[in-house]
Amino acid sequence: MIYMDYNATTPVHPEVLEAFLPFYREGFGNPSSIHWAGRRVKGVVEDARAKVAELVNCDPSEVVFTSCGTEADNMAIKGVASALRAKGNHIITTRVEHPAVINSCLYLEQAGYDVTRLDVDRAGMPDLDALEGAVTSRTILISAMYANNETGVIFPVKEIGDIAARHRVYFHCDAVQAAGRIPVDCRELNIHLLALSGHKLYAPKGIGALIVRKGVKLHPLIHGGSQERNRRAGTENVAGIVALGKACELAKATSASESGRLERLRDRLERCILEKIPTARINGHPAKRLPNTANISFPDTEADSLLVSLDLEGVAVSSGAACSSGALKTSHVLAAMGVDPLVAKGSVRFSLGRESTEADVDYVLEVLPGIVERLRKNSEK
Amino acid sequence: MSGGVDSSVTAALLKDEGHEVIGISMQVWDYSRFTARDGEKFDTCCSLDDIYDARRVAESLGIPFYVVNFEEEFQRLVIDDFVDEYFSGRTPNPCVRCNQRIKFELLLKKARELSADFLATGHYARIVRDESGYYRLLKGKDQGKDQSYFLFTLTQGQLAHTLFPLGEMTKQEVRRLAAHYRLRVAEKGESQEICFVPDNDYVRFLEEARGEGRLSGDIVDSTGAVLGRHSGTYRYTVGQRKGLGLAHSHPLYVLGVDAEKREVVVGAGDELYREGLTARNVNWITLPAASPIEAACKIRYRHRPVPCRISPLPDMRAEVRFLEREKSVTPGQAVVFYDGDTVLGGGWIEEAVRSEE
Repeated sequence: MIYMDYNATTPVHPEVLEAFLPFYREGFGNPSSIHWAGRRVKGVVEDARAKVAELVNCDPSEVVFTSCGTEADNMAIKGVASALRAKGNHIITTRVEHPAVINSCLYLEQAGYDVTRLDVDRAGMPDLDALEGAVTSRTILISAMYANNETGVIFPVKEIGDIAARHRVYFHCDAVQAAGRIPVDCRELNIHLLALSGHKLYAPKGIGALIVRKGVKLHPLIHGGSQERNRRAGTENVAGIVALGKACELAKATSASESGRLERLRDRLERCILEKIPTARINGHPAKRLPNTANISFPDTEADSLLVSLDLEGVAVSSGAACSSGALKTSHVLAAMGVDPLVAKGSVRFSLGRESTEADVDYVLEVLPGIVERLRKNSEK
Repeated sequence: MSGGVDSSVTAALLKDEGHEVIGISMQVWDYSRFTARDGEKFDTCCSLDDIYDARRVAESLGIPFYVVNFEEEFQRLVIDDFVDEYFSGRTPNPCVRCNQRIKFELLLKKARELSADFLATGHYARIVRDESGYYRLLKGKDQGKDQSYFLFTLTQGQLAHTLFPLGEMTKQEVRRLAAHYRLRVAEKGESQEICFVPDNDYVRFLEEARGEGRLSGDIVDSTGAVLGRHSGTYRYTVGQRKGLGLAHSHPLYVLGVDAEKREVVVGAGDELYREGLTARNVNWITLPAASPIEAACKIRYRHRPVPCRISPLPDMRAEVRFLEREKSVTPGQAVVFYDGDTVLGGGWIEEAVRSEE
């Protein structure tokens, strides 16, 4: 079995598992409790907070733990919209965001906010002049992703942060795919809010974080107790928080060497696919891309048949977005990039990670050309 | 796999027989449209819950399961056609259309693309290969459940790669097998008529698609005398008695619908009888009849086959003459030709033939 869908989720790192399991056993206490059981876990939450802060270069007090990346995005967008309602009602985002951002903005639009959605070019890059031109006195937030989940394209986050700073507008960055894979630096990049997710960096599902820089006005999404400095109510997911902290610590230590290794693997995968299947096309900016992601179109094929055929050969990959039923939808990301719909419908995302090996790439290169050939022949009929 | 009893048992049987089985559900509808709107919940043959059921059945059988997205194609090839037909004064049969264009065309193609030898479905019908190598389509053994009417469009190429494992069984046997295989859907009810009209209010569906008030006009009798007004010809189908809103000395039935003139023609029950019909887009399962043949035909799903004489016409058309006059010949419905249990072919009813004109 070969797993090449690390952008969907990652297996929990054994050291992470080891770190958090005790908090389902003897470390069961509630951090808010005054007694020994609570005291035993209070510190570990703060230790984890510091490790998350270190990975993305912010102050530990700026880390708010959430249940996932989607919650972090919702909290950032709706929280700012609500807190700054008196100042303005205009939000700028892009056409290639994750549904967590797209649908949070859509929700606000239906509630009366104005939303500007920036186009991207063929390479998946937003037009910075258009961004600058879109800012008005009513603009309260720019929400743009760090790296795209489908194509791996890395946005010019520094420039976006500069524009936001120049116009004194908050910048929320969905860094779910970037954090732990490439260096992310909140201070350097003028990021006010940043979302990340545990299960994309070898922590379990059910834990994420929103970085809320000091001074940022934000209403909470979830009301209740005073946890997380009144920003996110609900008893802390202590085990998840410990896991995220450990995963961030490991990512900080290994991502530099790991990204080089994955980039070489990914580049070989792409190069050999192009050699064996000359009609294939790589989507997204050739250089400004996550090192682990390859989004490849195979003209005259359909992604669902490619996915199913690869799955039946034991290879797990994915494509675009899926409906709740599990059926594939056309990719809004490739559509926004202007990829011909007939080509986009045969696009597959290969995303590599910690356990990916040369042998995995070899196996995919062995089975893929035959599958593509078969599907292309079938489509001619 | 629809998530219902029949397709679930089909998968279980084939798996049991040692075939390599892949489960596939078709997504033909954007379910979020329903959940988003007023939190309405529908229970239909193609709802999200059913795909969930299908997935659970596949998991319990240990077979891979996938959902293919045919939303766009279903809209274009089935729903648009359904609406067009009603607005052209006909009463369509979307299930035949779905079999013809979606299941046994797109889904079969998808199955073949995945290197499958056959597409198996839970239809109650049989396929046998005769001495001369032709695939014949036969009624299901369970006469009460027989679904061959919905399959008259199948071609030799499609039949060659299709399996109907339930064709030799009764529904009762299928339910027993579902219990035997411990399928979680064993107790599930029958699916409803039109999967994309979950509340069965097809008039509302049509008006949501094309707007209200179109095609309103007069209700007339067979002499052309105006008896009243109606608010859309698509609200009426041949044989219909309710919903005319007319007070009359004897019961009135819809005899015909003329979308062009926006007229609904009504008359007494005995005026519903017709001598025959013409059909278009006729498909013959094996060889087309070269000269008129004696056979039997069904002019709607719930209709017992009646004796008739079928004369092939050019351009894939045919004329059907009943031996005895038949009630409620409905344009847009399918006419399916039978020789005993064998489906000879069928077509779409164009219009009724009135007399020896």
